[in-house]
Amino acid sequence: MSRYASRRLLQALPLLLGISVASFLIINAVPGGPLSAYENAPSITPLDLQRLEHQLGLDQPLYVRYVTWLTHFLTGDWGYSYATQQPVLAMIAERLPNTLYLMGTVYVVTLLLAVPVGVLTAIRQYSWFDHLFTGLSFAGLSMPTFWLGLLLIIVLGLTLRLFPLGGMATPGADFDLVDRLWHLVLPVTTLSFVGIAHYSRYLRASMLETLHQDYIRTARAKGLSHRSAVFRHALKNAALPLVTIAALDLPELFVGALVTEQIFGWPGMGRLFWDSATRSDYPVLMGILAVSAALIVLANLAADLAYGYLDPRIRYS
Amino acid sequence: MATWTRASATPEAALADLGLPDHAGPWRLALERFLAHRLAVASLAALLLLVVLVLFGPTLSPYNPEHTNLNLRYEPPSPTHLMGTDSLGRDLLTRIMFGGRVSMTIGVLAMTVAITLGVVLGGLAGFYGGVADALLMRFVDMMLSFPRLFLLILFSVFFGGHFLTVVLLLGALSWMGVSRIIRASFLSLKERQFVEAAKALAVPNRVIMTRHLLPNALAPIIVAATLGIATAIIAESTLSFLGLGIQPPTPSWGNMLKDAQTDMSIAPWTAVFPGLAIFVTVVAINFIGDGLRDALDPQHVIRSARR
Repeated sequence: MSRYASRRLLQALPLLLGISVASFLIINAVPGGPLSAYENAPSITPLDLQRLEHQLGLDQPLYVRYVTWLTHFLTGDWGYSYATQQPVLAMIAERLPNTLYLMGTVYVVTLLLAVPVGVLTAIRQYSWFDHLFTGLSFAGLSMPTFWLGLLLIIVLGLTLRLFPLGGMATPGADFDLVDRLWHLVLPVTTLSFVGIAHYSRYLRASMLETLHQDYIRTARAKGLSHRSAVFRHALKNAALPLVTIAALDLPELFVGALVTEQIFGWPGMGRLFWDSATRSDYPVLMGILAVSAALIVLANLAADLAYGYLDPRIRYS
Repeated sequence: MATWTRASATPEAALADLGLPDHAGPWRLALERFLAHRLAVASLAALLLLVVLVLFGPTLSPYNPEHTNLNLRYEPPSPTHLMGTDSLGRDLLTRIMFGGRVSMTIGVLAMTVAITLGVVLGGLAGFYGGVADALLMRFVDMMLSFPRLFLLILFSVFFGGHFLTVVLLLGALSWMGVSRIIRASFLSLKERQFVEAAKALAVPNRVIMTRHLLPNALAPIIVAATLGIATAIIAESTLSFLGLGIQPPTPSWGNMLKDAQTDMSIAPWTAVFPGLAIFVTVVAINFIGDGLRDALDPQHVIRSARR
């Protein structure tokens, strides 16, 4: 298994390289650019512009810039932000934990709720419980994330004053776990709702299919309790597609986090990406795209490995 | 003379060509199955009502969606302003109906672009195979490795939020799923005997693809197209919410919610109603898509009935 994992990691390298080339092309191909902000400034002469262009290395051909970027990137020098002059690596290192903290909580909450809901709606098909959650999940799948966020802010934040409207913690206060968790409630609810809707639907369909398999009937026939047949035999098999879906959704969660971070003033990667995109901060954009591509490739690998653990029929060769 | 150009693509068309009644053609059966899906039919009715409202509402409304009236700022919903007014005293209902034109049109057009790209690229890749196919599929893999919103934002920042650029961007970033579906069904369909027969009759590849393969792959395309409108409407509203989509003063459901973000402590209705419009539209489209899937893919229904 570890040999398989390392080989898959090696295979992921060309993909990552391809993604980095594509990111570089996309970021540089679009019109605008970091100098466009100065072009109409009266105090800046064309000569200044030229000097600035040279300083930033933008006067070199594209492939030279890419190779320079790549070699520097691999040695840990991710460049400096055009906007803040800070090192990109430091900026990302500052934001990434905040996003992982939010996303991690969302992931745990989503799975903790989606699995029981999926299982229960499947074993009690067409009950009121099933109908309720089927309706709720259709709502979850049809709702723009940001609207749910706004509604939660209006109802729970502005009207009932139960939860803070944004930020990660009360500004200026000392570290306080309860305060931290309190700030987490609204963004996590916003992001989890869609995830729960999505995964529980998936698990329900998959459970329904599995529960009618012969081996479940066999398990029941040889005297296994219903509970044990459902949770030990059916769930383990039915959860297989969920593992892939959950891993492949990781980039989507990143994206959901962008809008949610925006609404709740969460200082994470999504907002960093947003700020950098709106001010053509190429080095930061490249760093973020590289990190997110790496996360996605790793998530795919994790899904494959988990697949093998859950389904021993799959042999890696 | 060249009868193959008029070769019937579907069994009931064949029956019609022979002058036979088509009592139970597959499309007729599909229609019957769709009508049996009560939620989907109700959703279709609701959606049609919404479309009519959005099309004719702005003309019937006494208010102008861009006319500001500072004496009437933040009026709560009342008989004169059914959904209240916004920060500039504009009638919210009129703006929502007007914004609906924008949002729905973008949804349909972006879906059309995405489906066209997906069908053409996926179809060619599936039919011809080879290097082009391998390259295209790797390209699709790579496109799917980027979070879609990241790309949307990057391109929108630089290309600006004009109506047409929003449509083209949404379409250009949403065709990958469809291309995979079409490629897969063309791959299996082209091995069938009717294709072999067509080839033996020297039917050109272009005709084989459009007259013989495409009609047989239509069911998943129709479902994907329906759901694609919903996805595009949500994507447009997200972009406009971030300030990159449709630019004010032209209302779209997304940019109305962007304004609402600053107003919602004083005027919560400005945040509730535009979102509700998106929500109702998307729910309806999703239910219709569900009904179409059941109607067009009988295997799927048989499988669920057996459960």
